[in-house]
Amino acid sequence: MRIWWTCLALGILLGASSWATGEELTSAQCLECHAVEAVTPPRIPSPPGEDLFLLPESVHGGLECSDCHGGVTEEHPLEKAALPRVDCGQCHADEAELLARSVHHPPVGAATEGYPQCYSCHGAHGVFKQDDARSYLFTAAWDRACSQCHEKEEAVYRESLHGTAMVKGDPLAPHCWDCHGSHGILPPENPGSRSNPINVPEMCGACHAENAPVAAARNIAQHDILQHYEESIHGEGLKRKGLTVTAVCSSCHTAHHVLPHTDARSTIHRDNVVKTCMQCHTLIEEVHRKVVEGRLWEEEPNKVPVCIDCHQPHAARKVYYDEGVSDKDCMACHGHAVTGATRVLAAVDTIELASSTHARTRCAQCHTGAQPSLHRPCETIAAKVDCSICHAAMVNDYRRGVHGQLAARGDPDAPECLDCHRGHGTQSKRDPASPTFPRNVPTLCGACHREGERAARRLPPERQHEIVAHYSMSIHGKGLLQSGLVVTAMCSDCHTAHRELPRTDPESTVHPDNVPATCGRCHHGIQEVFETSIHSASVSQTERKLPVCSDCHSAHSIVRTAEEQFVESVIGACGDCHREEAETYRDTYHGKTAYGPGKAAKCYDCHGAHDILPPSDPHSRLSRQNIVATCAQCHRGAHLRFAAGYLTHATHHDPKKYPALFFTFWAMTALLVGTFAFFGLHTLAWLPVSFRELRHRKRLVETTGDQRMFRRFDPRRGNCISS
Amino acid sequence: MALKFSYMPWAQKLAGILGGFESAGSLHRFCAVVMVVVFVIHLGMIVSRKRQGGRSWREVLSGTGSLVPNMNDARELWATLLWFLRRGPRPNYGQWTYWEKFDYFAVFWGVAIIGSTGLMLWFPEHFTRIFPGWLINVATIIHSDEALLAVGFIFTIHFFNTHFRPDKFPMDMAMFTGRVAVEELKEDRPRYYEELAASGELEKNIVPPAPREMHFWGAVFGAIALVVGFSLVGLIIYSMVFGYR
Repeated sequence: MRIWWTCLALGILLGASSWATGEELTSAQCLECHAVEAVTPPRIPSPPGEDLFLLPESVHGGLECSDCHGGVTEEHPLEKAALPRVDCGQCHADEAELLARSVHHPPVGAATEGYPQCYSCHGAHGVFKQDDARSYLFTAAWDRACSQCHEKEEAVYRESLHGTAMVKGDPLAPHCWDCHGSHGILPPENPGSRSNPINVPEMCGACHAENAPVAAARNIAQHDILQHYEESIHGEGLKRKGLTVTAVCSSCHTAHHVLPHTDARSTIHRDNVVKTCMQCHTLIEEVHRKVVEGRLWEEEPNKVPVCIDCHQPHAARKVYYDEGVSDKDCMACHGHAVTGATRVLAAVDTIELASSTHARTRCAQCHTGAQPSLHRPCETIAAKVDCSICHAAMVNDYRRGVHGQLAARGDPDAPECLDCHRGHGTQSKRDPASPTFPRNVPTLCGACHREGERAARRLPPERQHEIVAHYSMSIHGKGLLQSGLVVTAMCSDCHTAHRELPRTDPESTVHPDNVPATCGRCHHGIQEVFETSIHSASVSQTERKLPVCSDCHSAHSIVRTAEEQFVESVIGACGDCHREEAETYRDTYHGKTAYGPGKAAKCYDCHGAHDILPPSDPHSRLSRQNIVATCAQCHRGAHLRFAAGYLTHATHHDPKKYPALFFTFWAMTALLVGTFAFFGLHTLAWLPVSFRELRHRKRLVETTGDQRMFRRFDPRRGNCISS
Repeated sequence: MALKFSYMPWAQKLAGILGGFESAGSLHRFCAVVMVVVFVIHLGMIVSRKRQGGRSWREVLSGTGSLVPNMNDARELWATLLWFLRRGPRPNYGQWTYWEKFDYFAVFWGVAIIGSTGLMLWFPEHFTRIFPGWLINVATIIHSDEALLAVGFIFTIHFFNTHFRPDKFPMDMAMFTGRVAVEELKEDRPRYYEELAASGELEKNIVPPAPREMHFWGAVFGAIALVVGFSLVGLIIYSMVFGYR
């Protein structure tokens, strides 16, 4: 390298000495040798001189060769000495200075090879003004300059909106240098570069800002692009926070491959926009999982709204809901219902919507598939609203439940989301006006399940009927509807809100196996006790059916356990399984008086209710340790002989188990039957003679009867007259 | 009775009218106490009469006017059966016929049995200190069946024998007035009449007819007893036939 420089320096010295000694050549002298034939099209001058024929017509036509090629003397042709480098900066000082700092200038001390020279872009001798078709920089011949080196960029640009416009000769089409500058092109990482992110919005805005030539002359769907961008979270990041990694125009639109959003290849086309945004927002589906089921982004992207449906393209803000431009677009037609103008199809009650939980949900979030560029963006909406976009868990439950299964079969009776939830006016279940507010749920479910309504009509007669009427009279129904306790159990507390399943389904909350847990959600203390009792499946390993809450308390007719209705039903309920015990119980004093709300001991008074254990269990209320205390609840002064001795389930029908009772009963029965039989016959036999007697006495009275009254006894003193 | 047939709807209604099984039970116990007091007074009267008469227990039990059945009653029973079958004349009944003696002892026995078992059922905690627990169950059966017998007997057999048989229809007022027409006495109990006439007691005890009010209230009581009794009997038969268990 050093040798090369030394040679160059020697050459210059030699040149200078020859200029000092010899005469400078005139242009005519030069052309004696350098007359070059015309080449079409003229190539970028390498080797030099090929475009020499253009010189006379070029902007430099009036110059002598020596004006640029200074120091060429008579000795030149003889010596074949290298010509000194043309220094355009002699005249074009400003440009030279810019170039010296640009990426197109080798750093100080570096080789010039690979770097463009002035003539690389402007031509050597054929330098023309830019609007001259012969200029290398003529707009229609744009591919002759930059593309020599930037081939790839050129190819992409050629396809782009800018490139095609350029080909068409659109005067507004941007040239490479419109964006990058000409002589002073700086590397993009240099903050002074026009393609540094910090400058990109202004650079693009030069054309696309409101009132700029392009925005004014071209039909672009978006308005106030630059202003929106600057107010957006991206613009704020860039301008106020100085974050150069923030998205700028080219981040989304690309730098050279700018295409309209209608072009399927475009990065901002609906189908691609998610991918585009995800260049930066890589894990956006994680963030949106609550709002949009993440899986759908990948599996069924057509189902979910794309980024721009919610986040306005240029006005993307952290709080983007307040100003949904697209909502305004929708309401322009669909909001008329309220303003009183012509009614339109699918009118939206904006007042209702404003008070709903979806007030801050954009139209496009639910009504997916809109095409914002169309005059009626909704024209392209084909699918019904799919609530699972946001409420995936609920909809999955619904599909699993009976309602969803019926709906899947196309059953006309099957309720869908909007049968229980209002559409635009959907409200929180905590809102008293909502149909899903606890106090309104029985009415809501009753719309179908009340007796005579469509759901009730489908049920076979052996299934539960009068459900809503029974519920309303139950402890839960009274608590909810009369006492106004919203924490009281209502339909969906037991049946779930979305996943209602018949009790035969093992997954159902009202399947016998799950009933204790379902009731235990509120009655947890009871459930804990119950789970330790003989009736719990966790204690009794048996094939026989074990009772659960609803077997004793019923499902919809639950009453207070102190009420007559329960007291009477519970003995029958126990008796469903413990038939003999219930029957023999009824033979004893307790059982005989256990009708109505009396104090008579019922099953649960002795055996316990939820904590029932076999008497052999020491913890049982009827174990030897506890039985006296159990009886003493009613029988003060109870003792073991009394408590264990009295036969609470005795029957006189069993001679083997209870011989004393059996024989007492039959002895008494024999006495009764004997007495009645004897005197019955006695009386019957008496009848005929009694009639005869009657006639005889009538005669007597009529004749000479002694009608004086004899006192047989004194009723006051009670002593009889004996003879 | 409501308790015995408590599985029948009418019994539950009846108990309800009385204020539920609990208050019906209190009422029952109150009446029981009255009954026991009456029984004790009766026993006391027998004892005091014995003392006044200065007779021995043997004389009291077997003498004239005694209600203790004797051989003569057996003979009269046989004669009565023959009379029913028109194989003989009407027996010469004395002061008490055999069925009246049965009526008396039925009640006597009934009160004793029902009273004692009732007491056991009233205070089972105390009785089981001495007796085994199952005796309470036995007492329940006896108490209830004996009551059934008593009610059934009074309102059917007794009613017919004493009041309802055609020659006494509709009722014998002697219960309330203590009086009986001499002619009727002569017909009904010829032997007694003769004994009275012979001893001169007949003439000593001729009294004016009973006051009208006595008759009236007697009739009212009788009618009420009749209605209650027949309803009970009707219900018992109904329950035995249709709801027995």
